[in-house]
Amino acid sequence: MNVASLGAIDCDIHPALPALKSLLPYLDDHWRDAVIQRGVHELNSIAYPDNAPITARADFRGSGRRPGSDLDLLRAQALDHFGSRAAICNCLYGVQLLFSEDMAAAFTRPLNTWIAREWLDREPRLRASIIVPLQSPERAVDEIEHWAADRRFVQVFMPAMADRPYGRRMYWPIYSAAERHGLPIGIHAGSSYRHPVTAGVGWPSYYTEDYAAQAVGFQSQLTSLVCEGVFSKFPKLRVVLLESGYSWLPAHLWRLTKYWRGLRMEIPWVDRSPTEIVRSNVRLTLQPIDTPGADELLKTIDHIGTDGLLLFSTDYPHWQFDGDEVLPAGLGADLVRKITVDNPLETYLRIRETLAW
Amino acid sequence: MNIEVRDRSDARPVASHPTTIADCDIHQSPKELKRIYPYLERRWQRHIDEYGVIPRQAYQAGPAYAKGQPDASRRDAWPPNGGRPGSDLAFMAQHHLDPNNIELGVLNMIRPHPGAFPNLDLSAAVCRALNEWQIVEWTQKDKRLKASILVPYEDAPAAVSEIERCAGRPDFVQVLLLTRTVEPMGQRRYWPIYEAAASIGLPVGVHAFGFGGSPPSGGGWPSYYIEDMVGHAQSAQNALTSMVIEGVFERLPNFRLVLIETGFAWVPALCWRLDNIWAKLKSETPHLKRRPSEYIRDRVWLTTQPMEEPEVRKHLFDTIEWIGWDKLLFASDYPHWDYDEPARALPLAIDPAQRSKLFLGNAKAVYRV
Amino acid sequence: MSKHVVFPLKDLPPGNRKVVNIGGRPIVIFNINGEFFALLDRCPHQGGQLSCGQLTGLVEASEPGKYCYSRPGEILRCPWHGWEFDVRTGKSWCDPSRIRTKSYNVAVEPGSKLVEGPYIAEVFQVTVEEDYVVVEA
Repeated sequence: MNVASLGAIDCDIHPALPALKSLLPYLDDHWRDAVIQRGVHELNSIAYPDNAPITARADFRGSGRRPGSDLDLLRAQALDHFGSRAAICNCLYGVQLLFSEDMAAAFTRPLNTWIAREWLDREPRLRASIIVPLQSPERAVDEIEHWAADRRFVQVFMPAMADRPYGRRMYWPIYSAAERHGLPIGIHAGSSYRHPVTAGVGWPSYYTEDYAAQAVGFQSQLTSLVCEGVFSKFPKLRVVLLESGYSWLPAHLWRLTKYWRGLRMEIPWVDRSPTEIVRSNVRLTLQPIDTPGADELLKTIDHIGTDGLLLFSTDYPHWQFDGDEVLPAGLGADLVRKITVDNPLETYLRIRETLAW
Repeated sequence: MNIEVRDRSDARPVASHPTTIADCDIHQSPKELKRIYPYLERRWQRHIDEYGVIPRQAYQAGPAYAKGQPDASRRDAWPPNGGRPGSDLAFMAQHHLDPNNIELGVLNMIRPHPGAFPNLDLSAAVCRALNEWQIVEWTQKDKRLKASILVPYEDAPAAVSEIERCAGRPDFVQVLLLTRTVEPMGQRRYWPIYEAAASIGLPVGVHAFGFGGSPPSGGGWPSYYIEDMVGHAQSAQNALTSMVIEGVFERLPNFRLVLIETGFAWVPALCWRLDNIWAKLKSETPHLKRRPSEYIRDRVWLTTQPMEEPEVRKHLFDTIEWIGWDKLLFASDYPHWDYDEPARALPLAIDPAQRSKLFLGNAKAVYRV
Repeated sequence: MSKHVVFPLKDLPPGNRKVVNIGGRPIVIFNINGEFFALLDRCPHQGGQLSCGQLTGLVEASEPGKYCYSRPGEILRCPWHGWEFDVRTGKSWCDPSRIRTKSYNVAVEPGSKLVEGPYIAEVFQVTVEEDYVVVEA
């Protein structure tokens, strides 16, 4: 259905760094020199091979430039076309995938600066997630503290899989800082490939399997966040699963809650059911819509038990839908409004401050 | 101070299922591994005496996730005459097979399944021994029981030999692997196993667990046993994805797969997602001629345990409608603690035809019994 | 509901449990340090015999990593899926308002009182010299 008149909040778009050299002006002297001296290669993740079909819809590719790297095209195709009043930039340039924590920290500050100068400063509808060097939770907190006062940064960004499951206490300083500043944690599809991208079965052969495996990775992370007590320790923290494909959520909650009832004593700080915790503290963006039609989407929402979890997204410039079919027809005006406006504004306080709700 | 219930004859039989059923996941065990020595070459007896059997886990006695109950078993399943849960056939019959009206019980030997041992020769030898032991001491003694052929699945040629050795014996109804293989199980190093099973008309059963060496999540090693347990549904999704996308079903038109003890409510979402992704990335997998969900619908079955438990029972009904009533095989997982009780596990009022398929008919069709 | 004399007190020393059948219902009675509790011997989940389960303490946590153990021996775990029930009330720990097994009043009465009635002694003679466990079910 066409959403152009609804004033939606697009919770997942991907402005792209054209190339590493675009970041050079923002690097310090040492690292600028290192990039050149050492021949540092591009940091584009295998999670989105440049020319693979999902990485960019054909009409979003533009000509000759990296899809998502042109502000004018993004304005026209992502913002104007869908009538979005605001859109959250989740930059996927893979600085978080580096092994060296120093290098990661040295690149994330410039990347966030580039986002602020060349995107947020130039287009008032844009907001962004803070990219943090996960390699060092301490330095990730520094990065959050550095940007927190800029209210156009609305979230802290983590890739779907990293060194350890995200509920683990080593990450808690990040959650503490995020909660303190009213910033949700946004976990986005795409591993950092420290481990095989599957749940204990090894490295797959095909990109198709990798992309499918992202949903499974989200399931594991959700289990970890709940079971480790992240939401007990940080009750005001929100976590948003970005590009996770929500249709797996009900079955996962049924299973996780079932096991919790019998194994509660192993994780006694989980003092209410995982299903309740997820309903209160977790949100999911809309794309990819894996449910085949409106009926399955409606039943999935029914199975989740609340219509408050889905957040509108186009996932621009990724190819998730054709034409204007960003939402299936037949959902009813109330649900469409919840998904496109109410749920995003309820989740992102910093956007709500600046828009009429 | 805790005590055993003193008078076991007080223990009344559990409520019976109203009709006879198939239980597609029962776990027998030798009282101790030494009991299989009569079936094992001396060279391997000596090896086990000296080195034990060591899968890819930190401790000799078990994984580094402490379980929730001793031996991960029901507290009431310890045989009164001693031995591990599942090690006493007479007790299993009295405690589980008889009161639950079981006319077909499929034994899945997983404690241990030697296919997970990194020493491949040891793996092959213990598989052979356990396969013989299962027949002599279980299926020949209680004709309700059928067994699964254990194979050293990380060594395809050796696995094929064992399948061929066991072929034609009607007590075996499937070939058994575990989900957490060293590499995703659709990869070509495993194909000869599937070809061999298909050529003798047996499905391959893939049961949760195993130790392939990678962490049970793509984001690393979790802290808790509950995460490891919940994680089997994740492992199964990846394993099934591999089977589909690598083209195992396309390559082998007679190949059938049974996923065991992985739950099932995750299936519709995985099918939708795979179809959606494949529709866009088709150019990567020209060997696939059909949508992923079609392969799954035609060739994959799942046992029901551990049955997912929605707050609203009707939601489970929706899920089974999406999957298909002919795709599910009832299983109890006796004697494990997360057991599903036949008379109580399925909380739905369903019509007798559906009940009969799920509790018996589908199993007899898949296992050709 | 009526009061049933189920067995002499001496048949259930502290630290033990006994299962009785009252009107077709299996009921498990615990003697925990001289206090008596009676629960329906059927887990509300899938019907497991609670009497085969372990008594344990209550594990709580003020925050992740800080375990607090209290009420030793007062939490009954179903022998199957391990659901925890407060032996005093029959309520589950995971969802006390919605999931419970029935709890019955149980008392110790002297034989001298019981011979006056109206009690139902299921299978044995009551004598005035002994004490008896009485369940209201």
